[in-house]
Amino acid sequence: MAQRTLDQKLAILSDAAKYDASCASSGTTRRDSRSGGIGSAGGSGICHAYTPDGRCISLLKILMTNFCIYDCAYCINRVSSNVERARFSPEEVVKLTLEFYRRNMIEGLFLSSGIIRSPDQTMGDMVRIARMLRIEHGFKGYIHLKTIPDASPDLVAQAGLFADRLSVNVELPQDASLRQLAPEKRPETIRAAMADVRLGREAAKDRSHSGKRPPRFAPAGQSTQMIIGADAATDRDILTTSANLYSGYLLKRVYYSAFSPIPDASAALPLIKPPLMREHRLYQADWLMRFYGFDADEIGAAHPSGNLDLAIDPKLAWALANRAQFPVDVARAPREMLLRVPGFGTKTVTRLLAARRNGSVRYADLLRMGAIMSKAQPFVTLPDWTPGALTDSAGLRARYAPPPEQLSLF
Amino acid sequence: MIRVPLPRFARFDAWRAAARDLASARIPPEEVTWADLDTPPDLFGADPLPAPGDHSVTATQDFLQLARQVASHSDPERWSLLYTALIRAQSDRRYLTNPADPMLDRLTRLAKSVRRDIHKMHAFVRFHELPSDGPRRSFGAWFEPEHPILEAGTPFFAKRFADMDWLIATPEGTARFTGAGIAYDDPAPRPDLPDDANHILWQTYFANIFNPARIKTNAMRSEMPKKYWKNLPETRLIPDMLADAPRRVQAMRDAGATDAPAFAPRITARLRQQPDDSLPETLDQAATQAARCTRCDLCHAATQTVWGTGAPTAPLMIVGEAPGDHEDLQGKPFVGPAGQLLRRTMAEAHLPADRAWLTNAVKHFRFTPRGKRRMHQTPDRPHVEHCRWWLDLERRFTAPRLTVALGATAAFALTGNRKPLTPRRGTIEPAFDGGPVLITWHPSLILRLPPDRAPAALAELRADLTRAAELTA
Repeated sequence: MAQRTLDQKLAILSDAAKYDASCASSGTTRRDSRSGGIGSAGGSGICHAYTPDGRCISLLKILMTNFCIYDCAYCINRVSSNVERARFSPEEVVKLTLEFYRRNMIEGLFLSSGIIRSPDQTMGDMVRIARMLRIEHGFKGYIHLKTIPDASPDLVAQAGLFADRLSVNVELPQDASLRQLAPEKRPETIRAAMADVRLGREAAKDRSHSGKRPPRFAPAGQSTQMIIGADAATDRDILTTSANLYSGYLLKRVYYSAFSPIPDASAALPLIKPPLMREHRLYQADWLMRFYGFDADEIGAAHPSGNLDLAIDPKLAWALANRAQFPVDVARAPREMLLRVPGFGTKTVTRLLAARRNGSVRYADLLRMGAIMSKAQPFVTLPDWTPGALTDSAGLRARYAPPPEQLSLF
Repeated sequence: MIRVPLPRFARFDAWRAAARDLASARIPPEEVTWADLDTPPDLFGADPLPAPGDHSVTATQDFLQLARQVASHSDPERWSLLYTALIRAQSDRRYLTNPADPMLDRLTRLAKSVRRDIHKMHAFVRFHELPSDGPRRSFGAWFEPEHPILEAGTPFFAKRFADMDWLIATPEGTARFTGAGIAYDDPAPRPDLPDDANHILWQTYFANIFNPARIKTNAMRSEMPKKYWKNLPETRLIPDMLADAPRRVQAMRDAGATDAPAFAPRITARLRQQPDDSLPETLDQAATQAARCTRCDLCHAATQTVWGTGAPTAPLMIVGEAPGDHEDLQGKPFVGPAGQLLRRTMAEAHLPADRAWLTNAVKHFRFTPRGKRRMHQTPDRPHVEHCRWWLDLERRFTAPRLTVALGATAAFALTGNRKPLTPRRGTIEPAFDGGPVLITWHPSLILRLPPDRAPAALAELRADLTRAAELTA
């Protein structure tokens, strides 16, 4: 086989990014290059470009190699696939990262890999790349390493010292599907790896007896990713799994990636159109759990099928299913209840509470503060607005759902 | 009319100084014209800035921060809006603290638009490498922001790219960095930026991370508006990528599944460990099998099976209820607060940890998530019954002379008796397999008891453990 050029390797090994939803580069320690090295990080990350599939590019997201000894049915790089294979040298990954970074195209590196020879060997190479960037080149940008779940805890501990974020993918929302579709992976080792990262982060926060702070460990936390639509799990199952993961491992994010057909697909999976709207609704529901005080079960219970309503957003669906709690008196309601009004975001509610201290809040004020009143109307009372019978009207859902479409006759 | 000229750079500071003087004389806003470089000269001439008055002028930090951002907006009215707000804030201290106020709303929107433009500058500036004769590498970029944000947007680059020389040219002016500070110059025509091989590599990356099966062009355009496209190397590929997407998806569909390469089954056969369902013959084998236990549904949410620890040949076995949060994360029993209390009490009872095998009736953590915490839940009867398989194996291989059951769940798992614990505490009952079981409190109960009752229960636990030590001496 002729030696591939860097360009050819990049084309093959950037393929992973196609199916990977996570790309965040926010929330790590604040640092910059004024005292040497290159790069800066901290605060909110920057998306440097967007692809026509609507996902942002914040990090150079590549595989170290797409050779893999595992056979996960949903993955294009599984051992039984006939995809073209390539492998970057660690120096090539470092060079690409730094040169793209200097041209202001990326915030840093998101490195993942197929598993070659053994999990430890693979993880060791990834750690070596992160070490070269940090130590040899003084790189202050963002590094996200996708941890290989079966790798030794020592390597994960080293990875946590160089990386801003570590992630371990749960891949599928239910253990049974993972055992079936990814027979070399084991749900219990995946969760144990997440527990190790959590414990590593907590240990790094304890000061020693002398008051010295231990080195930071994955300061931007850990995240995970689930593939949606490759198995039969309902949205309620998915959200329950997420709630367990958030509480158990203090994850920063769970990413939901709608299962896309892959070239050279395994016969075990259908070549379906990716359920993009379902993915979107799951992100909205996830948001409700993290910032609005909703339980996974509350959101999942809004529809008897256990799946989210695709036509309307989950907060509206919950409000329609729990109309007894509405309308809310905007002048008196506590923050927790205001957060449950469809059309009110967290920022709107914060502004609203500040405005309430200055006097009564009226309809036009709410509009100015960013409330989506077309949505909120049936659920609030104001000095100059009462919904009357609207809250309990039978046709309320129809006001929000997109108009019905004529089915094709052919 | 008073005409206040504002310079091209350091405009905000100039406005601030002038506004302070004007406000100190309480000059009303309608008597002031703020003149940018591109403001046409006043037809009727204008008065110069008067001397400062003797009123005091105050502004909150919030207002100054907001004003600094609004100053970078392209709206020609921004200066007079800010001055109007400043004058009003002198007589009304709470002015601009109400988010429902129309003036605050307008200023907030201007500031937001500026912040967004600055953010997009940080995102979409693309450096090209320039020839350099010194030790530092040199880069240049051309960028067309929506607002005059050059001064507000460039300090970010000085922090990020401190080890290289760079210049960012915009229609508003040019920022140049050579290691010390940033120097700002008047606008110059767009510089000739040399071709850069890394831009070609970047295009390769951009084209290959696009998934043709998912298209969301609205999402792309809302975050990467077209007005920025002309200076980005990657955006010129987008029309072709979109046009080719349906063909690629169809080709994928037509190709369907292929036969796996011949080596694949050999590799996976080596990796896939068949589940071992044979009856374990040693304690270690039982532990290995238990690590993959799926006998009940607790395994789906718990992290891992928490197997017993201690001395396998010890004469004493101590059985708790189920792992808690800490035990679940670490994979070891009795490491959380209740476990620490147990270990302390064992030491007080002269029962060293190496004289006992410590384990739980149920090997997986049971909980309900509550935000960022996991609330412990007592295992149900079916959980105990499923897990008794492992407890029985542990008992068979460790063959304890005496077992201590901590709490009701452990007592039920060992004896099958679900009666209330209080009358049974301190007594010895036979286990399923006939061995003696000494029943006592679970240390977590002692942690939950009110302070007037906890010491007595702790003394009872200590006495029971002391008795267990004596019985197995």
